[in-house]
Amino acid sequence: MKALPKFEDHSRQDTRYTTCYMCACRCGIKVTVEDNKVRYIQGNRNHPVNKGVLCAKGNAGIMKQQSPARLQQPLMRKPGTERGAGEFEPISWHDALNLLTTRLAKIRATDPKKLAFFTGRDQMQALTGLWATQFGTINWAAHGGFCSVNMASAGLYTMGHAFWEFGDPDWEHTKYFMLWGVAEDHASNPIKMGIEQVKRHGAKFVSVNPVRTGYQAVADEWVSIRPGTDGLLALSMIHVLLRNDCIDQTFLVRYTNAPWLVVDTPGQKGHGLILRDKQGQPQCWDQEANAVTDASQVEIQPALFGEYTAPDGRPVKTVMTLLAERYLDTQYAPENVAERCGVPAEQIERLALEMAHVAFKETIEIECEWTDAYGRTHDRFVGRPVSMHAMRGISAHSNGFQTCRAIHLLQILLGTIDVPGGHLSKPPYPKHIPPGIKPAREMAPNTPLKSPPLGFPTGPEDLVIDKQGNPLRIDKAYSWDAPMANHGLMHMVITNAVKGDPYPIDTLILFMANMTWNSSMNTRQVMDMLREKGEDGEYKIPFLVVSDAFHSETVNFADLVLPDCTYLERHDTISMLDRPISEPHAAADSIRQPILEKDRDVRPWQEVLVDLAGRLKFPAFTGEDGKPRYTSYQDFIVNFQKEPGIGFLSGWRGEQGDQGLRGEPNPRQWEAYAENQCFFVHHLEDSQKYYRYCNQDYLTLARHAGWVGSTDPIVLELYSETQQRFKLAGQGLYDGPTPTREEHKERLTRYFDPLPIWYPPLEHGRIDTDAYPFHAITQRPMFMYHSWDSQNAWLRQICAGNRLYMNRGRAQSMGIEDDAWVWVESHHGRIRAQVKLIEAVEPDTVWTWNAIGKQAGAWGLSTDADESRKGFLLNHLISELLPQQGDGLDNVTNSDPITGQAAWYDLRVKITPAKPGEVGSWPQFDPVKPLPGMGVSPSAVRYQTHRGVNLKRGLWDVLTRGKHRR
Amino acid sequence: MRLGLVIDLDTCVGCHACAVACKQWNTSGTTGPLTDISAYGAEPSGVWFNRIRHYEVGDYPNNKTVNMPMSCMHCEDADCVTVCPTGASYKRKEDGIVLVDQDKCMGCNLCAWACPYGARELDPVDGVMKKCTLCIDRIYDKTLDPEDRQPACVITCPAHARFFGDLDDPDSEVSRLTRERAGQKLMPELGYKPTNTYLPPRLTRPVPTADVRRKSLISSVKEWVNQAIVR
Repeated sequence: MKALPKFEDHSRQDTRYTTCYMCACRCGIKVTVEDNKVRYIQGNRNHPVNKGVLCAKGNAGIMKQQSPARLQQPLMRKPGTERGAGEFEPISWHDALNLLTTRLAKIRATDPKKLAFFTGRDQMQALTGLWATQFGTINWAAHGGFCSVNMASAGLYTMGHAFWEFGDPDWEHTKYFMLWGVAEDHASNPIKMGIEQVKRHGAKFVSVNPVRTGYQAVADEWVSIRPGTDGLLALSMIHVLLRNDCIDQTFLVRYTNAPWLVVDTPGQKGHGLILRDKQGQPQCWDQEANAVTDASQVEIQPALFGEYTAPDGRPVKTVMTLLAERYLDTQYAPENVAERCGVPAEQIERLALEMAHVAFKETIEIECEWTDAYGRTHDRFVGRPVSMHAMRGISAHSNGFQTCRAIHLLQILLGTIDVPGGHLSKPPYPKHIPPGIKPAREMAPNTPLKSPPLGFPTGPEDLVIDKQGNPLRIDKAYSWDAPMANHGLMHMVITNAVKGDPYPIDTLILFMANMTWNSSMNTRQVMDMLREKGEDGEYKIPFLVVSDAFHSETVNFADLVLPDCTYLERHDTISMLDRPISEPHAAADSIRQPILEKDRDVRPWQEVLVDLAGRLKFPAFTGEDGKPRYTSYQDFIVNFQKEPGIGFLSGWRGEQGDQGLRGEPNPRQWEAYAENQCFFVHHLEDSQKYYRYCNQDYLTLARHAGWVGSTDPIVLELYSETQQRFKLAGQGLYDGPTPTREEHKERLTRYFDPLPIWYPPLEHGRIDTDAYPFHAITQRPMFMYHSWDSQNAWLRQICAGNRLYMNRGRAQSMGIEDDAWVWVESHHGRIRAQVKLIEAVEPDTVWTWNAIGKQAGAWGLSTDADESRKGFLLNHLISELLPQQGDGLDNVTNSDPITGQAAWYDLRVKITPAKPGEVGSWPQFDPVKPLPGMGVSPSAVRYQTHRGVNLKRGLWDVLTRGKHRR
Repeated sequence: MRLGLVIDLDTCVGCHACAVACKQWNTSGTTGPLTDISAYGAEPSGVWFNRIRHYEVGDYPNNKTVNMPMSCMHCEDADCVTVCPTGASYKRKEDGIVLVDQDKCMGCNLCAWACPYGARELDPVDGVMKKCTLCIDRIYDKTLDPEDRQPACVITCPAHARFFGDLDDPDSEVSRLTRERAGQKLMPELGYKPTNTYLPPRLTRPVPTADVRRKSLISSVKEWVNQAIVR
């Protein structure tokens, strides 16, 4: 008889479903609870995102819930103490919200822009954005400006969707997968699951990355590139494709603006703009009629190449002609970019041709009747099974927008967008290019904005600047500094507000953003700025409100702390209006529901926002009787409608709960989600799965669901007229706003281009690169990627003190041995760190794990914890402004000049050995003090939800130790 | 029956999900809790049944990083069992799982010294040795759904790099994978006959380029002749 354990008593356990929030993947989880404690968190097999698997973070949710750093109650900075000193006293929710309401009401009634509301990696931007819009301040954004706006913008302005959240490789069908600059992150489980599928199917996996760890470890081929040169590599591959005539001409003619005619009148107004007729329709050259004609017509034969004369006599060229002229140039030849990229010419050429082979010689055809946007029926989907994914390594450079555009251009020339085996969009994407929302500019007291604070400019007239050309937003988004800053510039808010440039503010609300530590550039000075006072003795930023669930470094600087719940204690929506959990062939959204009862005086932040919105009498949150319209967050989610039938949640709508995507509010919607494992999926029909930018069935559905404004086909934009309008403005050739300052003119002329370009990262042009020979970059470890809000007792055992990883041969040639302490110095500052020598890094690059280093005493850690003694941040070396040269650019953000994306990875450093005795990470900061009501962190943790049950063991085993098998 | 794990080194990205899933399940499991020491202080450590090691093979630029999850191999001739002075360490006759009888272990560490795979962990608070049980309290628990009757590490692996089954059964998935992918044992020369098996990286499929390479390369846009493509 088998000796078995006494199995645990499942009758004492309760199993509930919800959505993980240990990172931004939003995986479905099944949580087993015993005595209001979590027994086990498991991936939900039925969930569209993770299909049952779960990463290291998701498996460590118990320790997030156990974290001693959880905030316990609302707190106020103790009167008479200095900001950042960490002296707090408890305040009741009643008093805290009254105090805040009074302050905000005054701002709203006088000058709404004096409130800046910036949020971190939250997943509720549809709500926070609506809140800011209703408040009437344009000073709102989330963390996208320092994360990945380059990727989102480049994608949305090129193909109507983007990498990561707006699209995915077709893992099932792809035969060649190229991964660009993905630092063990974005996304977590879906990429791991995808890579496994790719390898199981025998597809080739190529990784472009200066570091070979994580995903790159299992790549079939590693392209060890120098940071910041990916764009050049992509354009060189395009050169190879053009030279070998490996482009999908049919795809380009049918689905892109390659045949459109571009006015070719250099030095004149209108140069480089698309030739349009009186109705504004783009024009092409019809080979049958031998005439210029409306390019949106079907059954014409547009010329892909050629120079023609417009009816008004102006010379014109097709987009494709301009494109070929540019990239055939030998400056893009592999042998001419090899040294700069650190990639052999042979490898560049071979990889380009390998992709051409897979695209054109291993074409997939899926038989399926579908109708294009013009009403024509086709009997198959043709697929070019080459796919790509890219993220932070592309995004976090000041040339990231153009680099990402170059990658998309490569994909489009191969005909791989939203085709079987290529890169697929995820509903509600694709959108029209760009999405038709313009950023708000006008503000008035006690009045909501007319449009959301963030939108998509199509030219200088959409900038958020005053008549003199000065920025109107506190972060200077949509100004000449960063005209297409579609996610704002959170990394500039504190600097600008303290300088009063463009103006001082009164109150800054931060949610889930660690702006005095790892989320800021120039961390030490940012701390100082928050302490800075004016001549009146008042802080330059008079009032700082921080909402977080944990005792972060930023909480320490708050004037008012509003404690949030953990993800297992609250309701949330992962909404179709925001960043839903859709998969390429399924529209999907989800909720969180409380799994545990709260044991502290904390409130969900979204509940607080809805409460404040009612108190401040925002029109959308106020009933006709002048009283708050919504009783709670859940009530708001169910009943708020963006347009008739469209709300935050798309499942189980209608009074009977039987409608998906669109329908009247359903009072039982939350219950319906809870009964259905907390997610809703609408699967696409086979005929709706590909070519969705030109797929009638899909676009009809998308219009019905409110994802797009019309069923017009979406034309992929190889050539970006938006870019050219800004370039013309820089050249003084634009009928509309133009910049007056020379540096703005130069930046617009140099960095904006209708076709992707490559330029060196901006920092490199303003320092002596010989003096700072190394590129310095970060990665987030997989087991902590995006797990921002607790110092997890299990995960920190995997890594609690980060190292500076150096190429072994390179380090040894400098006399630096393994484990040595070194000084790392940039143009901006220096730090001390301990090296680890490895082979898996490009020799001119050093890297470390990001956000392992913590300030002593924060996050419930002891003051001697490894995170503060051995861990370190590169952030101290990175300035939020460009390197100073005493010119007009000194006050300009260290960001992509197009989108304002923080240029984290432009950093250059020099490395010198530390002297004997110089050990431990530096700089060190005074330890953060414990908060009132916070217990002492335990030394030993012995977590269990029931006593372990030993095995019953047979006598035979005891006597023989089981050795005599059979 | 010889139960064990097959681990695919071709897809393991070293994410540590398996290790943390194991920790999570087993801390409330048969031999729990899995004590953590200095949980929020200097040099945190704790009891883990499964740890991921990262190795480098070759020198730059011909280097490769190998992620290597390691837990108890459930050896056929397990030296940890042989050396145990109290009989606490034993190998189950019916399924080959190597276990530690928590009531008999006196925490002498001999088994840890004997194990070449570093698979045993002394719980410093309980004073007994703990180790991978292959989630014996999951795999036989008939109240769980059949697909949940697997070790926690296997269920959670995002790269599907872990498989569980009977390596004595030639028709099992683990046996098939071992056969088809030339599964390897770790340090077979020591003679302990480990059960767990590692699948080496697959060979990369060569992608031809000759069929798309043009003999005379295009050097000017004028060399393209417009095709008659109907929009």
